[in-house]
Amino acid sequence: MAKQLNKVDVVTVGVGWTGGIIAAELTKAGYNVVGLERGEDRSTRDFQMIHDEYRYDIRYGLMQDTSKETISFRNNLNESALPMRQLGSFLPGSGVGGAGVHWNGQTWRFLPYDLEIKSMTDKKYGPDKLKGDYTYQDWGISYKELEPYFYKFEQTAGISGEDNPKGAPRSNDYPTPPMKSTPILDLFKNASKNLGYHPIQMPSANLSEQFKNPDGETINQCQYCGFCERFGCEYGAKSSPNVTVIPTAKKTGKFELRTQANVVEIISEGGKATGVRYVDVVSGEEFIQPADVVVLTSYVLNNTRLLLQSNIGRPYNPETGQGVIGKNYCYQILPAAVGFFEEKKFNTFMGAGSLGATIDDFNGDNFDHSDLDFIHGGSISITQTGRRPIASNATPSGTPEWGKEFKQKSIHYFNRSLSIVSQGASIPHRQNYMDLDPTYKDFYGNPLLRLTYDFTDQDRKLHKHITKVCGEIMSEMGADTVEEAEISEHYSIVPYQTTHNTGGVIMGADPETSAVNNYLQMWDSESLFVVGASAFAHNGGYNPTGTVGALAYRSAEGIKKYLEQGGGQLVQSKTKSNLA
Amino acid sequence: MTDEEKHLTDESRRKFLKNSGYFAGGLVGGGILGSVIGWQIDDPNQNQTQDNPNNQDSKPDYNQALKFFQNQEEFELISAAAERIFPEDENGPGAIGLGVAYFIDHELAGDYGNNEKMYMHGPFKEGTAYQGFQSRLKRKEIFREGMKAIERESQGSFDDSFVNLDAEQQDEILQKFANDKVKMRGAMPSTFFSLLKESTLAGAFADPLYGGNLNMDGWRMKEFPGSQMSYLNEIESEEFVQIEPQSLYKHLH
Repeated sequence: MAKQLNKVDVVTVGVGWTGGIIAAELTKAGYNVVGLERGEDRSTRDFQMIHDEYRYDIRYGLMQDTSKETISFRNNLNESALPMRQLGSFLPGSGVGGAGVHWNGQTWRFLPYDLEIKSMTDKKYGPDKLKGDYTYQDWGISYKELEPYFYKFEQTAGISGEDNPKGAPRSNDYPTPPMKSTPILDLFKNASKNLGYHPIQMPSANLSEQFKNPDGETINQCQYCGFCERFGCEYGAKSSPNVTVIPTAKKTGKFELRTQANVVEIISEGGKATGVRYVDVVSGEEFIQPADVVVLTSYVLNNTRLLLQSNIGRPYNPETGQGVIGKNYCYQILPAAVGFFEEKKFNTFMGAGSLGATIDDFNGDNFDHSDLDFIHGGSISITQTGRRPIASNATPSGTPEWGKEFKQKSIHYFNRSLSIVSQGASIPHRQNYMDLDPTYKDFYGNPLLRLTYDFTDQDRKLHKHITKVCGEIMSEMGADTVEEAEISEHYSIVPYQTTHNTGGVIMGADPETSAVNNYLQMWDSESLFVVGASAFAHNGGYNPTGTVGALAYRSAEGIKKYLEQGGGQLVQSKTKSNLA
Repeated sequence: MTDEEKHLTDESRRKFLKNSGYFAGGLVGGGILGSVIGWQIDDPNQNQTQDNPNNQDSKPDYNQALKFFQNQEEFELISAAAERIFPEDENGPGAIGLGVAYFIDHELAGDYGNNEKMYMHGPFKEGTAYQGFQSRLKRKEIFREGMKAIERESQGSFDDSFVNLDAEQQDEILQKFANDKVKMRGAMPSTFFSLLKESTLAGAFADPLYGGNLNMDGWRMKEFPGSQMSYLNEIESEEFVQIEPQSLYKHLH
């Protein structure tokens, strides 16, 4: 029998960026918060041996242990899903700080177009712009409403950046100046300027200078050491929950962090969430933690799975298009071009996770789609994140994959190749979704989450169009050989692509087509808030964390309101029926 | 720099790294950090003997022994196969010279070989190429089956052991594994080949603490400086910056 614990005001399931933000904001407001985290605690001290490509990058030292929890995967409804037996395509984190420890720190604001994508597309191009079963919809909030929360997150994280003429409008400057530019970045900036585009230095959570955030937490200056993505920062110079919101919450004396606590069920009574059941993964004991407000703050995949597992909300059905939990799973489309240089040699081994330059001329609706048969686009960037020798073996196509010539060329081009990559928007499709697997179970005996996903025609067209731009810029940069990327025939779970998974518990104005309102409060369970990229109604043309942070601050405000007013829905629903 | 100065620099650096307090009080400037560590720019030979624990004296490297392969034949077979994937050439040593077979041996004996972080529950079914690894075997078992299959194929095609074949013949055998043109139980031959390739490259370029990348020569070939604390003063350099590599050994010694 699970042991019943004393009730608290708020319990969070997961303690990464979103759980940390909720904990900091609610404890500052005087509420008691318990944070349940399945992994272990860790801090800057634990990253002193972090410069180890094999341990942390190749063998995924900081990532989720798939022997205990994973997902199953298939490309379409006609296939049998099989377990993702090891990580590959994306890398969910585990432990305090979550993926906020091993992220790169590229911190963007989704565009105004993203938040009202359906209305704005319909208005400009008519209602039939995309033919087929694309289920893109407005997010139930405008950019203007969300803008202050973006800034709040940027202040907490001390983001280093500069003005972006093609980006979302800003009311304030970035908290810290942009990072240093480098010959690699300058090459990209000059080439894209020559082509008439508008390059900027990428907004970064690897800070250009030491910064004290409004909560009094200090983030250090980035050392450009080249071990960032997939690593924790040994300097505390990459903004993470561990150096910002978690210490802020702890200082209040009202936050209890309980690690190695794996939540397996959300408990409900009378249509409201009243607490969670979790397993102490060390002792195996089970506990029930009651709370006035339950906040799901784990990764996209687990937020969705916990709701399905606990029978909360209406599961999405791809045959009928009805239901919402698991709906609008999106990923990121990655148009790209590689350039090989014979005369130039670059310091590719130096860098930082968000040391980069970007153009937004082909993002959102910043370019005219009247004569194009797809919507949206993506930011286009060059990054200098620190190239490492096991993983980086770029060779021109046609080179054998092993042996003498492979060795010679992979060594030759290690410091003589550069890539331009776009974070392409991912538009939801009726058949891309998540539900529970009928066969495979996790360590705790619960069904795995089943992902059904493939690239769509929209994805292929976007990929082709943006890849061409990447190739043009690379040629202008003077590469001797330019190779443009091709999208694979089907989405594959095997090679790493990106950890930008979104959707499943999407936000909106209408409970018939969305799971949470614009405070990320569940329509079907008022005391339950589901925070994270799970709320994205589609994935935009940027890395998602800036928008995740903004939504978390918005949600924290909603939870405060909810507790102050003693319950109730914070937003009045706009259903088709009451609009009629 | 004289040897004595070098010694002093190493001493202070050691103390610096051991003192984790430097996180708490905010970070010292990168310039100070750089000088404490002692940049060895443009002098690739300066610190070679010191950085390489193998060269410090005539003691054998006791780490170069086997904990997974059961006999010398297995070790030599994997050495020979890895050498074909990453051969010695004018750039520098190949897999054998880099100690890659020791790396593979040690990794197969540990969590890598035992699939410790892999989901290994059935039912096991052959999926599409897009669904990834679906073998019921652990990596170390795939290597065992793979080694048997390489030997079988060598005897069948050339009537001799793989290690005795000439380079072209060895390549021909390995290519058959890469293309799934041989029979193997429990896993696709191409799965075995990719494991062999990925572990060969990891052994060539991982920190030498894992037994490969001897003398950091894998890193030297790619002009990769290994674990450096900061590039704050070099990041804007227009020129390519040569830095003598440094391994995690330096963080403890």
